[in-house]
Amino acid sequence: MNGARLEAEVEPRQLLVYFLRDNLNLTGTTVGCDTTSCGACTILVDGKSVKSCTMLAVQADGTEVTTIEGMAKDGELHPLQRAFHDNHALQCGYCTPGMIMAAAGLIQRGGDMSEDDIRLGLEGNLCRCTGYHNIVKAIQQAAGEMKSSATV
Amino acid sequence: MIPAPFDYEVAESAEHAVELLGQHDDAKLLAGGHSLLPLMKLRLASPSVLIDIGRVSDLSYVRDAGDRIAIGALTCYEDAHFDETLKSSCPIVAHAAGEVGDPQVRNRGTIGGSVAHGDPASDIPTIMLALNAEFVVRGPTGERTIAAADFFKGVFEVDLAPQEILTEMRVPKTSSGWSYLKFHHRAQDWATVGVAVVLGDGSNNASVALTSMGERPLRAQGVEEALAAGEDPASAARRAAEGTNPVSDPMGSSEYRRQIAPVLTRRALEEALSR
Repeated sequence: MNGARLEAEVEPRQLLVYFLRDNLNLTGTTVGCDTTSCGACTILVDGKSVKSCTMLAVQADGTEVTTIEGMAKDGELHPLQRAFHDNHALQCGYCTPGMIMAAAGLIQRGGDMSEDDIRLGLEGNLCRCTGYHNIVKAIQQAAGEMKSSATV
Repeated sequence: MIPAPFDYEVAESAEHAVELLGQHDDAKLLAGGHSLLPLMKLRLASPSVLIDIGRVSDLSYVRDAGDRIAIGALTCYEDAHFDETLKSSCPIVAHAAGEVGDPQVRNRGTIGGSVAHGDPASDIPTIMLALNAEFVVRGPTGERTIAAADFFKGVFEVDLAPQEILTEMRVPKTSSGWSYLKFHHRAQDWATVGVAVVLGDGSNNASVALTSMGERPLRAQGVEEALAAGEDPASAARRAAEGTNPVSDPMGSSEYRRQIAPVLTRRALEEALSR
């Protein structure tokens, strides 16, 4: 869990997003639609983006889970977080953790990161404020930086 | 939205899953969970036991098997979408896998899950039908294979006994044109209508299958017959809605779907012929 080993007992029906929020107090992962549509609850499981409202906590047993709280290292914002700040890529901020984790999944997956690739890659994340433009710019910036410094 | 309580078992292998299915009534297999968990959250499904097969890693593969490609049931959409073997030898599967949901959904949802779930609005069953795919099913007495044409029975109804598990899908290698066109309102929506075309050795030898045009994926027999009789694609496509029985739902009325199907079919045939 964000780089540390975590053992916990959960009820089988507990969804991962509620385990994160209610049991671990990791409230950076938000619940938007609760129907696998909006992407606000996106996290990484073994480096792949998933919607944590549609995964049981028990299914994460033995995996490596990363939430928005695990992105900054040693007091330094992750390149994606900094790029969102630099580009004013958020307004209300509710979708932002999910956007950043979805973007991290895209970058981790590799492949091209043109504007079109990013827009298509964000098809599972809804933002009601920004019109997406600055979000796409921020992800392009971070992807470029991460490629040149090879840090994920 | 929280699912009703259930017991949870982890299967270590396909054989173990079959054994666990035999020990419980009313158990459901949990693969990626992207059809089952939403149903359980809405309490439209409340199985008493979930058997988690998500950790059976040897059921996630794409293999070259001579004239066919074998796809492990637990291969997720995203892996199929980017798989080099599928991209070069059966591109319609790689393409259609990338048309499902969004990247997060594709990272969890599985090809086999989609086939076993039997939702007439999902893309993969239609592709399997168009390809004349073969499915491998394991049960208490061993393995059997079944043709896609015989597998899909009705809405969420497939030819799987309570103690059987789908383990593999076998698709032919294709070297001719193909297309899968999906009409949907928003990026992540299910197909209002989908049309899969796989050409044979000529334009008069095509298989055409439809998504969301009935209780299960359907072959557009009228179109196939018209093409075989030498009609041009534009006129053959007009028969796409023949013998279909599409639902009316918030995505579109039955009449609307019957209007769209011929148009999409014409476009899909044109795209397949241009490839």
